[in-house]
Amino acid sequence: MDVASVLLGGFAAGMVLFIVSVGLSVTLGLMGFVNLAHGGFAMLGGYAIALSMREWGLPFPAALALGFASVAALSVVLERLLYARLYRASELDQVLFTIGLAFVMIASVTLAVGPETQTLVLPEWLRGQADLGFIKYRSYSVAVIVAGVVLALALWLGFERTRYGARIRAAVDNRRMAESLGVDVQRLFTVTFAIGSGLAAVGGGIGAEILGLDPQYPLRYLAYFLIVVAVGGLGRVTGVFFSALLIGVLDFVLKIYFPKGGAMFIYALTLALLLWRPQGLFGKRTA
Amino acid sequence: MRAVLELAGRHRLRAWEALPWAAALAAFFVFPNHLAFGTQLLITVLFALSLDLVLGYAGIVTLGHAAFFGAGAYTVGMLAQHLGWNEPLSSLAAAALVAGAIGLASGLVLLRTHGLTLLMLTLCTMALLEEAANMGARYTGGFDGMPGLGFQPLLGIFPFDVLFFRSQYLYALAVLFACFVVVRVLVYSPFGQSLTGIRENLLRMHAVGAPVRARLVLAYAISAALAGVAGGLFTQANAFVNLAVLGLDRAAGVLIILILGGYGRLYGAFVGALAYLLLEHALAKAYPTAWQLGLGLALMAVALYARNGILGIAASLHRRLGGRRAA
Repeated sequence: MDVASVLLGGFAAGMVLFIVSVGLSVTLGLMGFVNLAHGGFAMLGGYAIALSMREWGLPFPAALALGFASVAALSVVLERLLYARLYRASELDQVLFTIGLAFVMIASVTLAVGPETQTLVLPEWLRGQADLGFIKYRSYSVAVIVAGVVLALALWLGFERTRYGARIRAAVDNRRMAESLGVDVQRLFTVTFAIGSGLAAVGGGIGAEILGLDPQYPLRYLAYFLIVVAVGGLGRVTGVFFSALLIGVLDFVLKIYFPKGGAMFIYALTLALLLWRPQGLFGKRTA
Repeated sequence: MRAVLELAGRHRLRAWEALPWAAALAAFFVFPNHLAFGTQLLITVLFALSLDLVLGYAGIVTLGHAAFFGAGAYTVGMLAQHLGWNEPLSSLAAAALVAGAIGLASGLVLLRTHGLTLLMLTLCTMALLEEAANMGARYTGGFDGMPGLGFQPLLGIFPFDVLFFRSQYLYALAVLFACFVVVRVLVYSPFGQSLTGIRENLLRMHAVGAPVRARLVLAYAISAALAGVAGGLFTQANAFVNLAVLGLDRAAGVLIILILGGYGRLYGAFVGALAYLLLEHALAKAYPTAWQLGLGLALMAVALYARNGILGIAASLHRRLGGRRAA
C-alpha cells in the first residue's frame, strides 16, 4: 500500500473515533462525570442505524438521523432520571453505575438482536471506488472523512462562535464562576449530553464498517475512547479532533505493518504523552 | 469527646471480626463440594483487599490493578514452566517480589498525576504488560498461556493440584489471613493514618510536611505485592495462566467488587467478592444468556441507592438504630 492510501484509511478511522469521543470529552470536562457507558450509546446508535436500513429499508441519511434522534432522546431520559442523581456522588459510584449501565446495554442488545456482528448495507452511491485525481480510494472511506471534517468544522464553529459554545467553554474552565454569572450548567449539561450521545450514535453507525459492530463494542473500545479524550484534553473539540486523527492513523498504520505489536505502541505513546503533558496535548494547564 | 474515643479505639478488634473467618472455616465442612468455588472466592477477596489499600485508604483511583495480579500469576507460571521452580510457598514469595517491584517502579512514575490522567496511565501500564505477555510467546505462551502446570506438595506433605480442593482451600485461606493481618496492621499504623490523611486533604498533608509521594508510592508497591500474591495463588489453584489474568475485565471486575462491598473498610472486599461471585454464579446458571442484564441492574441499583456499597448500608442502618440508644 502506498502512503496516500494508508493515510486515507487512518483518517477515516480517526474521524470515527472523533465523532464517537467528542461527546465524552465535553461531558467529562463539563461535569467531571466519568461516563463509561458512552460506548454503549455508540453501539445502540449503530444497531438502530444498521437494523433500520436492513429491516425497514430506510435510506442511509434517514437512518443516521433516526439513530441520532433516538439515542439522543434515550440519553436525555437516562440523564434526567438516573445520571442526575450521581453528580454529587463520588467518582467511584459513577464508575460503578456507568459500568452497570454498559452491562445492561450489552445484555439487552444480545437478547434482543443476538450476539453476532452486524453489517451495514451501504447504499449504491457509497460502494466502489472514488477517483480523487491522485488516487482511487474506497468511496465510503472518503465520505466518512468528508463527513468527519464537516462535522468537526460545525462543532468548532458552534463551540467557538456561538453563545452556547461560550457558555460550555466557560463552564468547563470554571464551573462555579460560570454558575455565579447565571449560566444554568445543569441544563447546559443535559443538552450537551444529548448531542454528545447522539453524535456517538452516528459514529457507531458510520464506524460499523471500520470498527465493527457487536454487543461487546462498548467495552472493547472503551480504552480507545478514553485515550482519545485524555490525550486531547478535557472539553476541547479541537484537541479531541487532532488526538483522534493521531490515534486513528497510528492504529491503522501499525495494524498493517506490525500486526502483533501495534497496540503496544499506542499504549506506550499514550503513557509517554500523558507523563509529558498530564492535562492532555491540547488541554489547559491547571495550577 | 465521643468522636475522639471512637477515633482512638477504632483499631481495636471487635467481636464480629471473627465472623468472616469462622464462616470461611465452617464453609470448609458445610460445603465440601463447593471448595473449588470457595478457593476462587478467597483469591478474589485477597485481590480486592489489595485494591482497598490503595483505593480505599490512599484514595488512588486505578483501572489497572490487574497488572499486578497478572504479574504475580505469570511469575508463578513461568517459574514452574521454565525453571521447574514449583514449590508453592517460595514461588508465591517470588510473585509478591516481582509484582511489588513493578508496583514500585510504575508508582514512582505514575503517582505524580491524578484524576482521569492517572486512571488512563494505570490502564495503559496494564495494557502494555498484557501486550508484552501476548507477544513474548516463547516465555509466556502468548495467547494460549501456559496450561497444565504442576506444583509440589505444600510443605512437602499435602498434595496440591486441581483435584485436591481441600488442601487448596485451606492454603488459600491461610495466605489470605496472613495478608489480611498485614493490611489491618498497616492501615491502623501511623503510616496508614497518613494515607487516610492524604486521601482526605492532600493540601494539608503537604502543609504539615508529610512525605506525600513517598507514602503513596510505598502503599502502591505493597498493594501491588499483595495483588501479586493473589495472582500467584490463582495460577497455583488453577494450574494454568493465560492473558485473562491481565485484562481490563479483571481490573474492572475487582473495582466493581470493592465498590459493591464498600471501600476503605477492610471487610468490603469480603462482602463484595461474596455478593458479586454468588450473583454472577446464580445468574449465569439461571439465565445463561442474560446474566449480564441482572448483574448490570444490580450494579446500577447499588450505585444509586447504596452509596459506599453493601457495608455502607449496613453502617448507616447500624448508626440509625444505635444512634437512638446512645442519644
